[in-house]
This record gives sequence, C-alpha cells and structure tokens, in this order.
Amino acid sequence: MYQHSRLNKNNLNLFQKFKNFDYILLVCILLLGFISLATMYSTDGGQILFHTKSHFIKLSVFTIMMIIFSFVNIKYWFSVGYLSYIGVAALLIWTYFFGITSSGSQRWINLYFINLQPSELMKIFIILCLAKYFHRMKLQNVNSIYTILTSLIIILLPMGLVIVQPDLGTSVLIAISGIAVLWFAGVNYKYFIYTLLGFVISLPFIIAFLKPYQKLRVLSFLNPDRDPLGAGYQIIQSKIAVGSGGIFGKGFLKGTQSYLEFLPEKHTDFIFTLFSEEFGFVGSIILLLVYAIIIYRIIAIGANSRSYFAKIFCYSFGASIFVYITINMSMVLGLLPIVGSPLPIMSYGGSSMLATMTGFGIVMSSRVHNQQSIA
Amino acid sequence: MISSLSDNVTKLNSINRRMFIAGSLKFFIMVGIVSRLFFLQVKENKKYLTLSDKNRIREWKLAPVRGEFRDYFGSVIAGNFEAYQLHVIPEQVEDFRYVIYRLKDLLDLSDSQFKKILKKKRENKPWETLIVSDNLSWEKFSKINNHLYDLNGVKPVISISRNYPYKDNFTHVIGYVSQANERDIETTNIIKKNFVPGLKVGKIGLEKTFEEKLIGSNDIERYEVNAYGRRISQLEFQKGEKGKTLKLTIDTKVQQLSNKLLKDQAGSICVMDIYTGSIIAMHSSPSFDPNLFVFGISQDEWQMIRNDPMKPLVNKTLQGNYSPGSTIKPIVALSALENRIINPNFTVRCTGKSEMYGQTYHCWKKKGHGYMNLRNAMKQSCDTYFYEISRKLGVDKLSDTAKKFGLGKKVFGDLFEIEKNGLVPSTQWKKNALGKGWLLGETMITGIGQGYIQTTPIQLCLMTAQIANGGYKIYPKLVINEASSEKLDKYVPLYENSKNIKIIQDAMFSSTNEVMGTSYRSRIDDIKYQFAGKTGTAQVKKITEKDRELDLKTFEIPYEERDHALYVAFGPYKQPRYALSILVEHGGNGSTTAAPMAKELFKLIIDRHELRESIKNKKYMDI
Repeated sequence: MYQHSRLNKNNLNLFQKFKNFDYILLVCILLLGFISLATMYSTDGGQILFHTKSHFIKLSVFTIMMIIFSFVNIKYWFSVGYLSYIGVAALLIWTYFFGITSSGSQRWINLYFINLQPSELMKIFIILCLAKYFHRMKLQNVNSIYTILTSLIIILLPMGLVIVQPDLGTSVLIAISGIAVLWFAGVNYKYFIYTLLGFVISLPFIIAFLKPYQKLRVLSFLNPDRDPLGAGYQIIQSKIAVGSGGIFGKGFLKGTQSYLEFLPEKHTDFIFTLFSEEFGFVGSIILLLVYAIIIYRIIAIGANSRSYFAKIFCYSFGASIFVYITINMSMVLGLLPIVGSPLPIMSYGGSSMLATMTGFGIVMSSRVHNQQSIA
Repeated sequence: MISSLSDNVTKLNSINRRMFIAGSLKFFIMVGIVSRLFFLQVKENKKYLTLSDKNRIREWKLAPVRGEFRDYFGSVIAGNFEAYQLHVIPEQVEDFRYVIYRLKDLLDLSDSQFKKILKKKRENKPWETLIVSDNLSWEKFSKINNHLYDLNGVKPVISISRNYPYKDNFTHVIGYVSQANERDIETTNIIKKNFVPGLKVGKIGLEKTFEEKLIGSNDIERYEVNAYGRRISQLEFQKGEKGKTLKLTIDTKVQQLSNKLLKDQAGSICVMDIYTGSIIAMHSSPSFDPNLFVFGISQDEWQMIRNDPMKPLVNKTLQGNYSPGSTIKPIVALSALENRIINPNFTVRCTGKSEMYGQTYHCWKKKGHGYMNLRNAMKQSCDTYFYEISRKLGVDKLSDTAKKFGLGKKVFGDLFEIEKNGLVPSTQWKKNALGKGWLLGETMITGIGQGYIQTTPIQLCLMTAQIANGGYKIYPKLVINEASSEKLDKYVPLYENSKNIKIIQDAMFSSTNEVMGTSYRSRIDDIKYQFAGKTGTAQVKKITEKDRELDLKTFEIPYEERDHALYVAFGPYKQPRYALSILVEHGGNGSTTAAPMAKELFKLIIDRHELRESIKNKKYMDI
C-alpha cells in the first residue's frame, strides 16, 4: 500500500502536476513580470520601443520555459547537476577565447538569435552542482578537508573565469551562491567566521589589486561628492531620483530623473531607481513585499520537499535571490559601491532572466514533485 | 540503513537550524533596506526633490528691452528697432556645410566673417543657437526668407536692438550703446544682474549715466533640460519690464539746426532756458553716427573717427577748456560794478595800446577807441578799458564773481563723467598750483579772457543765462522726469545790486543792436526776436609783434593757429527767455563767425517758444 502510493506519486499525470503547482509563487512571478514590463515601458519614455518589446518576449518565453521545467521530475534535475555545471563552465571558457567584447569586458557568447552571458547561468548551476555534491554526503564528512577543498574548487573555477572577463560583480554573486550552499550543507560555522575575518583583513590588499575604475567606484561610494560628475555621478543621481520620489512617487512615466536621462543604466542595474522615483516609498515597499513572498514561497517549498537535494537547492536559491536583490538595492540606494548586479526579473537582460527562471523552474519542480525522493 | 536514517535526521536538523539563522539575517537586512528607503524617500525627500529640480530646470535670460530717450516734444531720439537676425541650430541642420556655404553666397559674407561663424560653431554645443548675422538689411532678410525651403534649420528671427534715428545729432548728449564688456559687468551691478550674452549697455553720455533706469529687466524662460543640457520643454515664461523712458528737455529742431550751423567745423552750440535751466540744444561738432557702435564698429570706421583732426570723440561743450576771450567781459564789468570799483560812467582813454609795468598791452583795435565809458567799452569790446578795470578790481574779486555765475565748476555735476571743471584763476590758486606769486599783468589779461582762465561752452551759456534772468541761480537740466536736479538754492540772487545786472544787460544789448557794436551785423530788429550778446575771440597762441605788423586775414593763417570764435547771447531782449553760447574752434573772429549763427538760432528758438509752452501746460505727458 505504502509502496503503491509512493509509486503513484512518482509518476504524476499532467493534471496532478498542475494541481501541485505553487500558484502563489506563480502569481507573484507574473506580477513581478508585469511590474517590470511597466517599468521598462517607462524607461522607453512611455512608448513601446525596443526594450519593452524585447523584455516582453523574453518574459513570455522564459515563463513558459519555467512551467515546462517544473514538469520535469526533480530527479532529472538532480541527475544533470554536474553535467550542467561542466557545460556552463565550458561556455565560460569558450567566452574567454571567443566571447564578444562590449564596453571593455568579454562576457557574451553570440548565439545568433541571442547574446548569452554564461556567467549569469553559472549563478544557478553552481547551486545545482553543489546541492548534488552534498545531497548524499554524511554530515560528518561535510567538514572534511577533501570535501571543503573540492567545493572550494567548484566555486573558485567559475569565479576565476568570470573575474578575467572582467566582471567582479557577477563573480562575487557566483561565490555567494556557492557559499550559500556550503552554509546550508552544514559546513562548520568557524570556517565562515574565519573566511569573513580573512576577507576583512585582506580587504586593503584586495583593493590594491583592483582595476583603477573599480577603485574609483569604491572611493566614490565612500564619498560620492568627491567627483560628482565622474565616478560619483551614478550614486548621486540615483539617490536624487529615489529621494525625490517621496512617499507616493512622481507618478507613472513622470520620473524626471530618468526621463531626462540623468540616470545611467536605467534599463538594467538602476531599474529600481526609476521604479522607486515613479512609485515612491509605497511602491518600493510593495515591490519588496512581492520579492519577500517569492523568497518565502521558495523556502516553504524547500521545507516541504522530501529530498535533501531539493531542500538544499531551494534554500540556497532563495538565499541567492535575496542576496541579488539586496546587493542591487543597496547599490542604487548608496549603501554599497557600484557593482554590476541586476535585479532579478526586473532588470533588462536575457541571460539573467534565463538563469532566474531556470531556478524558479527547478524550485517549482521540487514543489510539483515534493514527495519524490532521490536515491 | 538506520545510521543513514539518523544521519538524515541530523542533516535535517542542521539545515533547518541554518535556515532559521539565514532567515533572521534576511529579516534584519530587509529592515535595513526599508529604513534606508524611508530615510531617502520620506525623511530627506525635500532635499532630494530640490536637487532633482535643480537638475532638470534651467533658466534662460533674454536681453531686456532698453528704455527710450525722447525729446521735449516726445519724438524718439534713441529707440528700439527690430533687427533682422539669422539663427542656425547646427544640430537641426541635416547638411551643415551645404547650408552654411549657401548662406555665405546669399549674404555675400566676407571670408573673415565666414571664418568667425565657423569658429563660433566649433565652440558651441550643437544644440546652441548660432547667430549667423545679427543685423540684416530687409532686402537680405527677405531674400533668405524666399530661400528658406532650401535652408533647413535656418531661422529668421526678429530681435529688438538700439536705434538712433537722428544719427549724429544727439551723440554727444545721449552717447551710444554697445556690447557690454568685462569692465562694464564688473563695475556696474545692474549690468551684472541683467547680463546675457550680446547685451548692449551705455558706453558714454546719458546712456551710461542712466544705465540703471534704462536697462529694464530680463525676460526669463524656464526650461526643463535633460542630463546633457538640452531643452526639453518650456515650463514658464516671465515677462521682463522695459527700461524707463527718459524725456529730455532738448528740442530736436534746434539741435538739428545747431548741427547744421556747425557743419564741417569744430565747435559747440548750447541753448538754455534762462528760468528753468532746461537745455534746448547742446551740440558738439563734429559728431559721429552712434548707430555704428551698436553692432560693433568696424576697424576702418573706428580709425577714421579716431584720427579725425577735428576730434569728433571730444565733447567740446563739456570737455573743451577754452579761453573765454571777450565773452568774459560782462562778468568783469559786473564784478567791477558790484565791488563798487567803478560806476557806469567811469571812463578810460584807449589809444590802441597801453604801457604798464614795462609791458605793452594791446587793444584789438590798433588805432584805439578813444574815450570809453562802460557801455561803449562793452559795445566795442575795448580791451584797454577792461585792462584798466580788472587792474583796479584784482583777480580775486573777479574770480569770486565768475565762480558765483557758474564758471570754474561742473555745470551738470555728476551727470556726465567727462565734464571738465574749467579754471577760474586766483592768487591762491596760482600759489597752490604753480607755487608762484600772482602778477598784476596776469590780472589784466584775465580781464579780457586770456591767460589762465578756461571755460567750457556750457559754463559760458550758464553764465549768460544767469545774467539774462536778472542774476538768479539756476541749475541746468537735460532730463525732465528726474526730480534730483531740484536744488535748494535755486533762484537765489547772485547779485548785490540788481541795477548792476540791468547795466550789463543793456551794455550787451548795445553790443548787438547799436552801430559800432561788435555783433551789430548779426542783429535782428524785430522786437520779437531781438537779442543781446557779446562776441569773443580767443587766441590760441601768443600774438607776436611780427604778427601784429602782418595783420593777416583769418584764412591766411594755418587752421591750428586761427583764433577760436565765441559768442554768448540772450533773447528776446525785452522779455529774455533763452541764452546761448556758441564756440567755433579756429573760427577766426567771434563777430564774423559765431554771432551770425546766433541770429539763425534765435529765429528758430523764439518761433518755437509757444509750441514749447503749450507742451508744458499739458497736465499729462503723452509718452
């Protein structure tokens, strides 16, 4: 009887799969998509231009992709864990040799219909890979030197490949995704504390090795008024935009800072600035709430998953999404130096959305197949 | 199996514990972000709103419309006209090279002008207006308008600019405007405040003096601009105020006649109302066309004006220090009478020259005038008589009277910065200025208006006016709606005994209207126009014995060595109303050159008197 029911759960029909869907998460993702489309429409100056159209197409395609991914049994996701990591790492190596250079860094692969940024995909697949790595591991083995070294190599390899592009922001985000998995896998607290201390101590040396433009960013973060028309410009203008939004914002399509082109990168990294200028404190809180619900649902799905792999993936993915959001927002609010990090779903950019939607797909798959155990 | 099961449980415990820690951390970070948002958007909202407005709103000031000058009868003597200009915004032009070469053809631009435009274009941002031409003739302007279909991005614009319709007639009174330079901006606050590129400000004359009243205020346009400074939309237009219109006391007709009379000669004419002090005409010749300066004078034209030997840039009425010659005699005689040195019957015998202290003093008439009393001496301008009375009078008493009647100090006070003081010498002055004692001989030549004494034509006019009005102090004025010229001591008597003034007036009458009078030939017998005057001939160089023997006619002497001709007069004699002074540089002789001009002037001035009065009686000025 018990066996029977388990067998049934393992082979769900389409109707059952739909029934198992997390509709709250789906609605929140769609809502976020809608908000991002409206914001993109505003960046185009209240017209349906290239960015809006392109964003809409990507959003539609990747949402459908996410739904399809969620029907894929979680054990298949488990089985492609290493392979996908190796695949993306190979793409990163390909990028290093044959990538497209744009604004000083070699990040993209030309796939003829789309320019793919493999470093964005790595943010997800490193979680998948490490989740698989720790899935079967006994807790006492987790803290063995061998395990820790292996996982460090898994993290450092893509980091190195991304740093040479050069793209410090994304490589840090990849590292954070990986470290999140290590955290949930049960790596001893002391390692985290040591790493943190080591990082703080070596910070001056790291800064010494930074490229001049990165140093400028750090310096202008510490004091934006140092060079208001140069490196500090983005931070200052972004703060002005957000601050001038007030409680209720300047109104949809009425954000003067972005409309009059004072805002740099308003489609991508600074999209929250524009949103916040037009919709104010209230709008920003609502947006944060939507993100909070999404993260909450991801964690809830992880908690309800039967398999350790799904649990560890969901928790890590939730933590990563949270980090992406907070890093992006802290950056535009002047709490962190400017590092290139997109806001999930909101920012314009196919690769980032592909990665995020893939992550959502895997999370949704763990929900749909939450009774699936992985041998 | 069991161990793996228990391992699973510990693993689950571990992951849940860590999830809880991570969750708490997330919560605190989220609170941090929300409070940052709150800080920026709610608490500091005002500050950032201001910064955002500062970002997006920019003001453009437009040149203010300058106030006008009008003459006494209300006609515009310095006004504004619509200048036809051609603006190009390079960014809006598809093929800039084509358009600019086409314009060069159409406007016949010279190569240097063309280069200047191209240079300006390179310096400007592409969306900034490029002024191709600032003052086009109507023909060229309409020509451009006909070709506009071919000239994408070219904008014909009508802008307001200064215009002096009477050209050279008023130049020395109102001056001219030209582009403000750095000094103008630095020294004058109102210019700094209203400055826009291309602003024209007064450079000399009343245009400069009354800058503050004339300049008006800017139109202000507020635009929303983008991060690159490009105008996106107009938010507001604030109309500026036109500068104040100043009404002068001058009668254009008289002014024009003055200009005509002095044509091709260097000199000055001023005419004054002897009761109000209103200047009816004030002209210095030669003059120049102030319109030349409005859009910047060309180097050639500037050099021509600068190097003219007759010195058009010098305002001879106010700046010219001249020996008054015999025109000082009424004051010398008056001073002698007032100080009771002589009475009108005091008689001197003129033999043509007199020896005094080892020096010979000549009368202008070689043969001598014979026995002269005061009236005759004035009539015939006998120098010997005035040597004698000034010797008796002494220079200090003479100096007191002269100063009382307006010599030796600025007539208009601060109105013109170029105005000169002239010089009325005294023993004290000589001691201070030259460190030498006064010589009696110097008193004698001062008595005939030579030597140290120097006067400006406007001072002579004021002196004559104050004799003509019965000896009362007046303050000359040029601008009607300026209350500041009303002084307390206006109409204070300048005489000790009014009879003395009458004697001088009568003596001047005889000089013009009786046989033997020096300006007898210029008299008008009609009582209505009859005037009284005194001629003067000021030597510009010392006359040597040889010159005296040669006794050359004026046209035989080189221009620079000819005497200045002067004439002061007032009229109509029965009821005096106007006084004038005429000076013709190197004009030769007062009676032959200057006095005839007075005849023509009085005819016109007195003819226009009633018209002038009728304007004054109007309650409201129709400006």
